[in-house]
Amino acid sequence: MIHDRFVTGHGGRKIPIPYQPVDQVGAEERAAFFTKRSIKKESKLDALYAIISMIDLTTLEGADTPGRVRQMCAKAKFPVPSGIDHDFSKHPKARAVPSVAAVCVYPSMVPHAAKALQGTAIHIASVATAFPAGQLPLEIKLADVRAAVSYGADEIDMVINRGAFLSGDYQTVFDEIIQIKEACGDAHLKVILETGELLTYDRVQFASHLAMLAGADFIKTSTGKVTPAATLPVTLVMLNAIKDYYQSTGVRVGMKPAGGIRDSKMAIQYLCMVNEVLGPEWLTPDLFRFGASSLLNDVLKQIYKQVTGRYYYDKIFSID
Amino acid sequence: MSGINLSGAHIAKTTKLFINGEFPRTESGRSYPVKTKDGDILTHLCQASRKDLRNAVAAAQSAQAGWAKKTAYNRAQILYRMAEMLEGRMQEFVANRMLVQGLSNEQASAEVNGAIDALVYYAGFADKYSQVMASVNPVSGPFHNFTTPEPVGLVAMLYDQPFDFSTFMGMIASVICSGNTLVVVFDEPGATLLSEIGEVFKTSDLPAGVVNLLSGHVDELTSHMALHMEIQSILLASTDETRRGDIKEMAVENMKRVVPWDFAQKDLAPIVAFTEAKTIWHPVGL
Amino acid sequence: MLDKMIKKKEKNKHKDKDKKKHHDKKIVEAKKRKSHKNFQFEYSESLESTDVVKIQPKNALFINGEFVEPTEGSYFPTINPGDGEVLAEVAEASAKDVDMAVRAARKAYETTWSKISGAERGKYLFRIARMIQERAREFAVLETLDNGKPIKESRDVDIPLVAAHFFYNAGWADKLDFAFPGKKVQPLGVAAQVIPWNFPLLMAAWKIAPALAAGNCVVLKPAETTPLSALLLAEVIQQSGLPPGVVNIVTGAGATGSHLVNHPDINKVAFTGSTQVGKMIAKATAKTNKRLTLELGGKSAHIVYEDAAIDQAIEGVVNGIFFNQGHVCCAGSRLLVEESIAQVFTDKLKDRMQKIRVGNPLDKNTDIGAINSHRELEKIRDFVNGAREEGWDYFSASATEAPSRGFYHKPCFFNHVASSATVFRKEVFGPVLAISTFRTPAEAIAKANDTPYGLAAGVWSEKASKIQKTALGLKAGVIWANTYNKFDPSSPFGGYNESGWGREGGRHGLYPYLEVQ
Repeated sequence: MIHDRFVTGHGGRKIPIPYQPVDQVGAEERAAFFTKRSIKKESKLDALYAIISMIDLTTLEGADTPGRVRQMCAKAKFPVPSGIDHDFSKHPKARAVPSVAAVCVYPSMVPHAAKALQGTAIHIASVATAFPAGQLPLEIKLADVRAAVSYGADEIDMVINRGAFLSGDYQTVFDEIIQIKEACGDAHLKVILETGELLTYDRVQFASHLAMLAGADFIKTSTGKVTPAATLPVTLVMLNAIKDYYQSTGVRVGMKPAGGIRDSKMAIQYLCMVNEVLGPEWLTPDLFRFGASSLLNDVLKQIYKQVTGRYYYDKIFSID
Repeated sequence: MSGINLSGAHIAKTTKLFINGEFPRTESGRSYPVKTKDGDILTHLCQASRKDLRNAVAAAQSAQAGWAKKTAYNRAQILYRMAEMLEGRMQEFVANRMLVQGLSNEQASAEVNGAIDALVYYAGFADKYSQVMASVNPVSGPFHNFTTPEPVGLVAMLYDQPFDFSTFMGMIASVICSGNTLVVVFDEPGATLLSEIGEVFKTSDLPAGVVNLLSGHVDELTSHMALHMEIQSILLASTDETRRGDIKEMAVENMKRVVPWDFAQKDLAPIVAFTEAKTIWHPVGL
Repeated sequence: MLDKMIKKKEKNKHKDKDKKKHHDKKIVEAKKRKSHKNFQFEYSESLESTDVVKIQPKNALFINGEFVEPTEGSYFPTINPGDGEVLAEVAEASAKDVDMAVRAARKAYETTWSKISGAERGKYLFRIARMIQERAREFAVLETLDNGKPIKESRDVDIPLVAAHFFYNAGWADKLDFAFPGKKVQPLGVAAQVIPWNFPLLMAAWKIAPALAAGNCVVLKPAETTPLSALLLAEVIQQSGLPPGVVNIVTGAGATGSHLVNHPDINKVAFTGSTQVGKMIAKATAKTNKRLTLELGGKSAHIVYEDAAIDQAIEGVVNGIFFNQGHVCCAGSRLLVEESIAQVFTDKLKDRMQKIRVGNPLDKNTDIGAINSHRELEKIRDFVNGAREEGWDYFSASATEAPSRGFYHKPCFFNHVASSATVFRKEVFGPVLAISTFRTPAEAIAKANDTPYGLAAGVWSEKASKIQKTALGLKAGVIWANTYNKFDPSSPFGGYNESGWGREGGRHGLYPYLEVQ
């Protein structure tokens, strides 16, 4: 391990950022390994339920309205409403479909989500810190966070300062995360690396450690506004960083791949990867989330197939 | 003509061995006389023992890594230097070939010139054979994959076919130009030139131990050579079918590559025969 | 899982979403954050269907384009190592059968194969490649049944490579003049080919494809424990319309192999297998003019420097020694790890091994399948017991327990092993790794080369110049730098020293099948 990069923490303490090079080809090969897992029968049904319970159901559009957020929250609470006139919706296994882990919205939409989700265990996540570019002064990012928290968000998805990161100013990246973490209070902090802009796995690995050392509760791949968003290999690199961080500190940091995970098949591959890289300790919404929107319906369709033995048709589940 | 008494008067000298850049006598203290075509005693040759073979192998072994590590350009220059030095002493070699085997001046000169040409030929190949033999292989996947030739290592050469100085030097040059080191076992008539050949090598910046020359009875040394575990390959310059078979059989002990010489004197093929292909894979990524 | 979810819904926590609420109050609320139970992700069995293969109870020899009964009527069983049951009976070729096969090959060589153009030869090989691709699943399942390797590997590695080898060599058939510019090339005649059981069909492809491309005819003997895929290949060859006798396949054990390599009308012998048998063949052919190539054993070193990409190096080491149950001649069976990271590395390796799924080879989630035969299993156990008696630190782990029937061995390693240890020097040919440390690159290279073998080696470092220097210093025919166990038909494969003679694959792989003048 090479410790050649430092940031300065409280009281002038020098903190080495672990730098562990990543071989791209090897990492992608390993990630592809998880696409070969064959998850069938009971294990598939179990995985599908787990996936739903780990979804941060997301809408992050300029066109988001209170109405749209309300609709999404309804889906978040009851993915399969019992009132639907269909044999599936009455099935005990359909009734057992959990609600999602959280909804994820812009700060201005948090009050509407809070209202819609009152009385549920569903967390409210908000992207703050001048999402998605993060190119605004720190004071404004902090105000953004405080506002989201005060509106009722208990999870904040921040973006790192990629401009600072790519210019080698790791101290600024580090300090910003610390200050935003403070502004969060007890709201959980997910730190978005925007891996699609870091491009190399070496940097993803390094940024993961930087974020974890600064106090991230979760590290997250992407805003969903940049391509590529979440991929299996980039998530693998982050999981390995989480594992190393856990080995050296005993702290379990969560992982959230976001963007591009559209179907159950892909989501199951991620679960297999978490299972085999970090272990079942991480297979909980407390430590693993999917940032997704269309994934939920695909998982529901797969559950329908598993339960009824019939192939689904699109009309069974609502669009939103 | 210098150095050899053409009048037939005896000069009481013994041709010594050439091991590790030195000219030692055989540790066994044995020697035997060699006569000219006319029956006069020309010289005494050392009758190398298995211990001399062992010493020569040790010298060749320790010289190998350094020789192979030299730049190809450097090896090429040394081989060319060998040709220059040989040319400078051409008359001695011609005289020997005439005296020992009764060649005409023309025949003997042709042999020595052939030897010089062979050295120049392989000098020029030293920094080219790998370009000819190597390949970049288009594997399916994000890998850079290439194959290059490397010297096989320590080669022993057993020469008992009718002596031809040109062929003999071509063999040596083809084996060492790629970075192999060599232990040569040969008998009269060729071995009467052992000192002169050794002196050419020694004065050509050829590092000690790269070529070692042993005179003696090939029969006596065959099995020791074939069974020696530090020898990677054997160049068989032998027309004796039985000996070929015996050596191939014994060489199996450590899977020596036994290469009967059936090459043109100037060719890529003998270089190929004393190299190993090494293939290296490396990922291509960020 | 379901119960858990239902309970969770019942326990819905009241959350105050009043946006006017004071920030401090919010913090108090957030502390009540409920933690969820973990999801225990068990992979259900996911078996590949065996319906696609039809195994004949009795399998004949393939001579002169036809399946023929053995003249002495003798058959032997081949066993599914996954469950220890007999799969089928296979003919045992006698000296007479072998002679018939060699005669058929000679006749085909003289009357058809040497008469047609390279382009025509190539077309047959292309056709065979295509037919293998079309029947890939059938081949994969059959290979897994007879060999015990995981279906994942036969499906994704072996069979695709088999087709690729035929396809690659097909293209050489009419371009041999480019392989050795300035030279005249000619086929040798009839090649005797004896192959091992670890990659049964792949080894058949490695042997047959270049031989045919170069214009030779062959008699191939598959290993006695894994003859079935070669016989299915015979069926494909028959259907491809390849002239009768160009490829002959004779099944049997050592005696059959001996008849074959000692047959006087053979021009070339190609063998892949143990160094011990290789040496026997080399001795047997020493006094003949038969050309010989040998691809033998190894004890390949895997060097991991402290500046390696550690997580990928772990995968490389795991793949290096546990791929195909460790039944790989180039398996990275000696791990040399820089002392400064040895502890971290072996800890990570232990952790990783706990995720390896040992199990039914037909299960798509199986990472390590069955050991090919009871005899091999006993051999591996003897090595492991010996190493434990020698006192080396033993570690073994896997995510799943091996099935009770069939031949299985869990992945394991011996740590802090001295260079003198038996398990560090002898080829185990199983999922058994020996780990030792080094201090400097020079020491790593010296230790790696401290073996009579020289087949392959691995080196891991993110420093390019160190990779180059190490790769040049290693005495091995294949160097995998920052990767391991990669194979490709265009990439020459073969070893230094006691790992064999000659290369297979690529342009270099044609050379042993040609007279180059």
